[in-house]
Amino acid sequence: MNDGFDERRAWALPPTVSLRTEPFGALAYDFESRRLSFLKHPLLVRVVEALPGAATAAEACAAAGVSEGQRPPILRALAELAERGMIVERAA
Amino acid sequence: MKLVDQFARGLDAPICLTWELTYACNLACVHCLSSSGRRDPRELSTDECQAVIDELERMQVFYVNIGGGEPTVRRDFWELVDYATAHHIGVKFSTNGSRITPDRAAWLADSNYVDVQVSLDGATAEVNDRVRGAGSWEMAVTALERLHVAGVENAKLSVVVTRENVSQLDEFERLADRYGAQLRITRLRPSGRAVDVWDELHPTAEQQQVLYHWLLARGEQVLTGDSFFHLSPLGGELPGLNLCGAGRVVCLIDPVGDVYACPFAIHEAFHAGNVREPGGFVHVWRESELFTELRAPGAGGACTSCGFYDSCRGGCMAAKFFTGLPLDGPDPECVLGHGEELLAARAGEVPHSSVDHSRLTPRGRDCDESPLAGLDLVSMAAGSAKR
Repeated sequence: MNDGFDERRAWALPPTVSLRTEPFGALAYDFESRRLSFLKHPLLVRVVEALPGAATAAEACAAAGVSEGQRPPILRALAELAERGMIVERAA
Repeated sequence: MKLVDQFARGLDAPICLTWELTYACNLACVHCLSSSGRRDPRELSTDECQAVIDELERMQVFYVNIGGGEPTVRRDFWELVDYATAHHIGVKFSTNGSRITPDRAAWLADSNYVDVQVSLDGATAEVNDRVRGAGSWEMAVTALERLHVAGVENAKLSVVVTRENVSQLDEFERLADRYGAQLRITRLRPSGRAVDVWDELHPTAEQQQVLYHWLLARGEQVLTGDSFFHLSPLGGELPGLNLCGAGRVVCLIDPVGDVYACPFAIHEAFHAGNVREPGGFVHVWRESELFTELRAPGAGGACTSCGFYDSCRGGCMAAKFFTGLPLDGPDPECVLGHGEELLAARAGEVPHSSVDHSRLTPRGRDCDESPLAGLDLVSMAAGSAKR
């Protein structure tokens, strides 16, 4: 099964997606699908930026300093980004 | 803070911006938002346009909406499109289709990050040509066909919704489907030459209801340029950014480098600066007095006491301005009817922009060509010289 978001796997931004940081978080634009998404918290941005260098999404959360209490909303947001194709699974 | 409130305070760079590359146009649509027709001799040069693109790249602007005038009549147009995409700026350009040859369509099919929007304001030639001019339906549909044949996926069929074409929404959808295109429906604003035809062309209150529900049923399938947020009180938000982004998350650069708060606000009241000034576009975007004012926490005026203020936020600034309504009051098409009351009570002329590149128009710019131009020399019957 490869559908859905799994925090135990490795993730990254696809090459067609650009991030622009903003005071509220970041804008993410996919040049391929032309979809614009909003990352509504700086912490989420730090996690997304940590994804390419982390072996798993969970590890990226830890690296970005996500606390236990912050994990559920952050993981939900990552799942949503994955569904929109703004982050994709990569080989670990 | 809610995201829309963050946006209302402005971002360090626009999310996207509109760039009218030329005022020259081979058509003379009665509702042209930029009163285009004649090329302005002060138009930005190729080098100046490239310098603007360099700035936009540094600001990480993701894409530009290029329009005009008819942008493709610029000799360096395709070169500028290439330059923009090579510098990580996606291009969406609007065209009447006249320069979309089969070869150009093939070129577009090979271009990533370029979207073509073909303008058409009637699903039939009869409805379209009355507004956009004789032959313009044929021109646009030929372009759509060529794009389809060349393998361009998702060209946009771009429609400004009017009292005359709102009954053709399903036909537009079928037309778009026929050419593998995506439908884009946007709001008619009383900007440019439309200031003189808005009263008779803007959809009626009943038509707005039909339009709203039609759009709601289609969700993200139909693009709207996020232009119908004034209809949100009819039953919830349509997809997209539901706020006036003027000077906050969008703006306009005109062909001579003047920066305005939005594409529908070409008027000195909304002029923020010029990209040719020291500091360039970045300086205008970040420091101009006008944009700073627009980003200040707003007084919603008469609208703040309305229970729906959070959903429509008072509507479109340009629509209010060019219908002569106060900027801190309701939109002229306020779905609760507050705009209509004000329109009925208004006295005097509506504001006209001093920026007008129209070729000889039916309104009678008598001295543009010859002292006799615009005069009806054949019949002097009352009213026959007008419109």
